Amino acid sequence: MKKNGLWLKIGILVVALIGLFVINLYLDSYKVKVINLCAIYVILGLSMNLINGFTGLFSLGHAGFMAIGAYTVAILTMPLEAKTMNYYMKPMVPFLLNLNLPFIFALLIGGLMAALFGFLIGAPVLKLTDDYLAIATLGFSEIIRIVFINLQSITNGSLGLKAIPQMTNEFIAGKLGLASRTNLLWAWGIAILTIIFMQFLMKGSYGKAFKAIREDEIAARSMGINLFKHKVMSFTIGSFLAGIGGGLLAVHLGTIDPALFKFALTFNILLIVVLGGMGNIYGTVISAIVITVAMEALRFLDGSMNFGFFTTPALPGLRMVVFSLALMVVVIFKRDGFIKETLEKVRGRYAKNQ
Amino acid sequence: MLKINNMTMRFGGVVAVNELSMEIEKGQIVGLIGPNGAGKTTVFNVVTGVYKPTDGEVLYGEKLEKISHLPPDQIAKLGICRTFQNIRLFKELSVFDNVFIGSHLRLKSGLFSSVFRIPTYTKEEKVMIEKAEYLLHKVGLYEEREEKAFSLPYGMQRRLEIARALATSPKLLLLDEPAAGMNPQETQDLMEFIHNIKDEFDLTIFLIEHHMEVVMGICENIFVLDHGNLIAQGNPQEIQSDERVIEAYLGVE
Repeated sequence: MKKNGLWLKIGILVVALIGLFVINLYLDSYKVKVINLCAIYVILGLSMNLINGFTGLFSLGHAGFMAIGAYTVAILTMPLEAKTMNYYMKPMVPFLLNLNLPFIFALLIGGLMAALFGFLIGAPVLKLTDDYLAIATLGFSEIIRIVFINLQSITNGSLGLKAIPQMTNEFIAGKLGLASRTNLLWAWGIAILTIIFMQFLMKGSYGKAFKAIREDEIAARSMGINLFKHKVMSFTIGSFLAGIGGGLLAVHLGTIDPALFKFALTFNILLIVVLGGMGNIYGTVISAIVITVAMEALRFLDGSMNFGFFTTPALPGLRMVVFSLALMVVVIFKRDGFIKETLEKVRGRYAKNQ
Repeated sequence: MLKINNMTMRFGGVVAVNELSMEIEKGQIVGLIGPNGAGKTTVFNVVTGVYKPTDGEVLYGEKLEKISHLPPDQIAKLGICRTFQNIRLFKELSVFDNVFIGSHLRLKSGLFSSVFRIPTYTKEEKVMIEKAEYLLHKVGLYEEREEKAFSLPYGMQRRLEIARALATSPKLLLLDEPAAGMNPQETQDLMEFIHNIKDEFDLTIFLIEHHMEVVMGICENIFVLDHGNLIAQGNPQEIQSDERVIEAYLGVE
């Protein structure tokens, strides 16, 4: 029985990879972009779920860690010409100007930088709990943003960075005589690795200890679990993944500036985590995909709408109202997350049929 | 095994425990009784490191080393584990996981060997799983291992808490009102069970209890607290005939 489950998982994985490969070659570039963004939100959703859902630390600093990852990747991958073009107000520090690394190393360093900050911030901040922790981490995220605005010779300040090199599937598409597009395999490959990583983490003793801390700190401490050490661990891994997600986002967008990493970004991820269910891996994956697609699909709400007898003016931001309402409804009626419950119902039905 | 020296615990102006001195020998079952609000749970909280005593010290181990400055998780590592008066299980986790986590503190492998399932970790994990399963059999909860802890009936939750505490491989086990809410039959079973685990795991047991039959039935040595003061100590017969104890419990004209 266990063996079958494993083969089933491997089967799904292979089908998914082949599917991605085909999608990557034949779907138009807009759709490919949306699918790519789904993968990025899967990673970000899981990283936040590790901190908030599994370990029960109410942290709202995600945008800050993403900014660190995004800027690290952007700075390390941009070629010299792009850098000189970007930094026209104030020249870049010479040390970084000539630094150029392959994407994968840049991404890893981006994650590690975010993890380093996660560790440094976590050490003092994780003594706090609940709302206080939320406020402190939110503050940290804002500090990062303000620092990035003012570190002009490194981050180019509020002008942001443009022309971040894209990851395209030029090589394969070129051989087949097709138009090249964003390479989905990067983001989705990392997303799949993240899913597997999270599963193994939560299956093991440390993952279970994280959950124990979420359930009851006093009991966990009395059972010999070092709260502080485990919280810092969870927070650091979460920030690492957030940094990776941020780095992928920078490459996906091609242009970043500090205004991108405002609280609204953290809110989007929080939305994914809450809808998918706190402490639920598959719920998060599904809700990340659904919400990312819905955010694109509902774009018509922002524009002016014609009801035949009445035409509304354009209301930019209306689609976000839909998500806020959805969040409210979910929080009020299904605290464990909408998708988690639906999944359980489906599973229950299958169990009966067997 | 455990020695409390002139320990005082003050919360603001309230003296919860006043200059308490007591000693527990290895292998004993010791009871701590007293009316509600006498400071019994406070004593437990000080011993397990939840509170730092305002004054005095707690010594523990063969060499009686000072532990009253240590945090709770380190005290648990030294082999003092407890249950709670108002049950504190990991509610949303399965019965099995509750016990499994109990042995996490003895895990030597690091986080990454657990994620990548390196043999040193999987070997340790196998032992942890076997231990958890054994303890679940022991407390009669093996059939319920997949259930969520909060869904168990009250009596089972109490037993699960004991199993979880035993998973930490304690030398000194602190039970805070283990028989609370149990009927006479369950109480009888519990007494046998306590004797049983004491012998099997070579434990010293320190318990708070209101059921006098439990206390008188299994404790070799009893300490009586009233308003934070130790008013009597001795074996069950001595305690039963002690005037001050009767006074504290029944009042006096």
